[in-house]
Amino acid sequence: MREIQFTCPAPQNSQDRILLAHGGGGKLTQQLIDRIFLPAFANAALEARHDGAVVEAAGARLAMTTDSYVVQPLFFPGGDIGELAVYGTVNDLAMCGARPLYLTIAFILEEGLPVETLRRVAASAAGAAQSAEVTLVAGDTKVVDKGKGDGLFITTAGVGLVESPGAVGPASVQPGDAVLVSGDLGAHGVAILSVREGLEFDSPILSDAAPLWAPVRALLDAGIEVHCLRDLTRGGLASALNEIAGSRQVAIRIVESSIPVSEPVRGACEILGLDPLYVANEGRFAAFIPAAQADRALHILRTIPVSAGAARIGEVAEAPAGIVTLRSRIGGSRVVDMLSGEQLPRIC
Amino acid sequence: MCLAVPGKIVSIHEDDPPEIRRAKADFGGIQREVCLAYTPEARLGDYILVHVGFALSVVDEAEAQRIFDTIREMDEMAQAGEDESP
Amino acid sequence: MKYLDEYREQGAAARLASEIRRRVTRPWTLMEVCGGQTHTIVKSGLLDLLPPEITLVHGPGCPVCVTPLELIDAAAAIASRPEVIFCSFGDMLRVPGSSQSLFDIKAAGGDVRIVYSPLDALKLARNNPERQVVFFAVGFETTAPANAMAVWQAAREGIQNFSILVAHVLVPPAIEAILGSPNCRVQAFLAAGHVCTVMGFHEYEPIAGKYRVPIVVAGFEPLDLLDAIRMAVVQLEEGRAEVENQYSRAVRRQGNVTARQRMSEVFEVSERAWRGIGDIPRSGLRLRPEFRAFDALDRFPCALGRVRESAECIAGLVLQGLNKPFECPAFAVRCTPETPLGAPMVSSEGACAAYYLYGRRS
Repeated sequence: MREIQFTCPAPQNSQDRILLAHGGGGKLTQQLIDRIFLPAFANAALEARHDGAVVEAAGARLAMTTDSYVVQPLFFPGGDIGELAVYGTVNDLAMCGARPLYLTIAFILEEGLPVETLRRVAASAAGAAQSAEVTLVAGDTKVVDKGKGDGLFITTAGVGLVESPGAVGPASVQPGDAVLVSGDLGAHGVAILSVREGLEFDSPILSDAAPLWAPVRALLDAGIEVHCLRDLTRGGLASALNEIAGSRQVAIRIVESSIPVSEPVRGACEILGLDPLYVANEGRFAAFIPAAQADRALHILRTIPVSAGAARIGEVAEAPAGIVTLRSRIGGSRVVDMLSGEQLPRIC
Repeated sequence: MCLAVPGKIVSIHEDDPPEIRRAKADFGGIQREVCLAYTPEARLGDYILVHVGFALSVVDEAEAQRIFDTIREMDEMAQAGEDESP
Repeated sequence: MKYLDEYREQGAAARLASEIRRRVTRPWTLMEVCGGQTHTIVKSGLLDLLPPEITLVHGPGCPVCVTPLELIDAAAAIASRPEVIFCSFGDMLRVPGSSQSLFDIKAAGGDVRIVYSPLDALKLARNNPERQVVFFAVGFETTAPANAMAVWQAAREGIQNFSILVAHVLVPPAIEAILGSPNCRVQAFLAAGHVCTVMGFHEYEPIAGKYRVPIVVAGFEPLDLLDAIRMAVVQLEEGRAEVENQYSRAVRRQGNVTARQRMSEVFEVSERAWRGIGDIPRSGLRLRPEFRAFDALDRFPCALGRVRESAECIAGLVLQGLNKPFECPAFAVRCTPETPLGAPMVSSEGACAAYYLYGRRS
């Protein structure tokens, strides 16, 4: 009988260069933060590892945040980079329980970019600022050589006034809290992917990009005790929940059949072999609310258009600490881990 | 490589030569072009299994039902067993 | 979604699971061959529904995991050429070669593109006549008809700037290699349902007879796998060793004749090395001489060296179902999806990555 060799060549993984996966919002991004940025910039605000920072100045609690937008394509079904740049920063502030007030916006433009493109993007950003009720108060523009800028990059920074009485962040999460999401998942990521990779669908799926202060304000106005909010951007619901579970060292248990996903997004994910849990959103957030207030919170969220599809998807427990688990449709259970990089379409 | 997804044929390019035979299939509200070259028997309204843009098989509705008939039979036998027990 | 949702229903799953529990009287070891099936099992937590007597081992049905290292290196080398647009299914992008993956090549500026279908790559070739478009033709028999069609169309249209890097593998020789191995523990197989939509299942009948193992052609949804396990267990308990078709809504015994015709026009059976297992005779496909002009290895000659072995990685044992991933001392310690020591940790279908992502409890 012919003997088979049971050996495997060892692939080497060189990580002395930045990979695209480092920007994916998953494990490699976390590694960059852990190994490069935190050691360089160590301070209490950063250690909180929330999207925005809450700081005190002149007796007021302010929230500050910054974000960069490098999305390709610049224009996609349901939005463009201008809107994303405004909503993304507005939402990071809202996730701190802060009313977004003022944004700055900086453009890096590639030589050769059509001026009409810039005009469209600027108009979108202005429109988004208006609908989010924020003012763009300062900006900057730089131009780089052709071939270096991918067209157009935007960085925004924002400041807001914290309106929640308590600290809104992972540190406030308690075992027993209910986990809510503000609506159906995956639309933005599928909209981008479908255009970018030429995986076109005939009835385009629209990005869900939207400002999120209105539902947060509604919760705060109603006196709901909001423990934590997290907008679900790159890396999807799975990454956000893992970050919170890891940061607060709690367990998060979610139920697959409760997680809202629209039919077309489901269909697209089935075809491309994507898991909606990991697909990016730009107008959705997760909320951690004391269980006793969850029903009321859901009711309130559902009265606001952007969170009309809100659902309760799970709960926080003590153990196993740092782990997110999912009960599947058929009643089995699995760990929902963080991805190491971007989720890719698969055929296998 | 194994990811094949069921979709419903909603239109067929009748002018295409049979070796190419393109069609549109609907996957839960999402439509995509598929190639029916390997399922010459497929007709409008049929469900097909699509892998990397090619229909590999027409779904047999009667066979699709079989597993649920099996489960129902198991339930009935279990019920009969319970009825007979003292 | 029709023909999907109803196969994920909890009540039916519970019913099938309790039937398996009712029929089983002693331990049995089953192997599911296809990576897509492993994916479903782990993603749906299907093991939680099975009685402890049933052990499922995961077979080498992940083309990502078994594509020879030399071909990954060749892909990286070809993709680095400035005139080339290198197209691949997403699955292959993260697999490291001896020093780089296609993702690394993309980061360094190579034109590497994910495509959903080989016809997308062909379209790129038509639209970019001044570039060379190369498609990474990986996969089992399921994907070969599509890849054959792309080459066939290219030949018909006289497209000069399209070629494919062939890395196809065939399932039945792999099953025989596993069964023929001295330490084989597998007592029944769940065959790869979508491969069988193309190939049918008559090839398995002599194998079932020779080795006395039940082989059940299985689908990919949770109910399909539970039903197939039930059928296999019934055979094992009754001492039978036959080929049965659980996935009858999609698979016929004769398979897809039209697809196989096109496949055999364009491809012929060849030798193939399986990463982690070694050479399995007549287990691959290559282009026939009349289509050899579309072979990327001929068009872009690369020196394909043999690569050195790792002492620690037990991928071969895992791929053959002789060990579970967590039995490897490096698992989740030195070998993780970010720092893989072997191929089954790279793809989410690979047994090691599947266990790591879905099964690990801290």
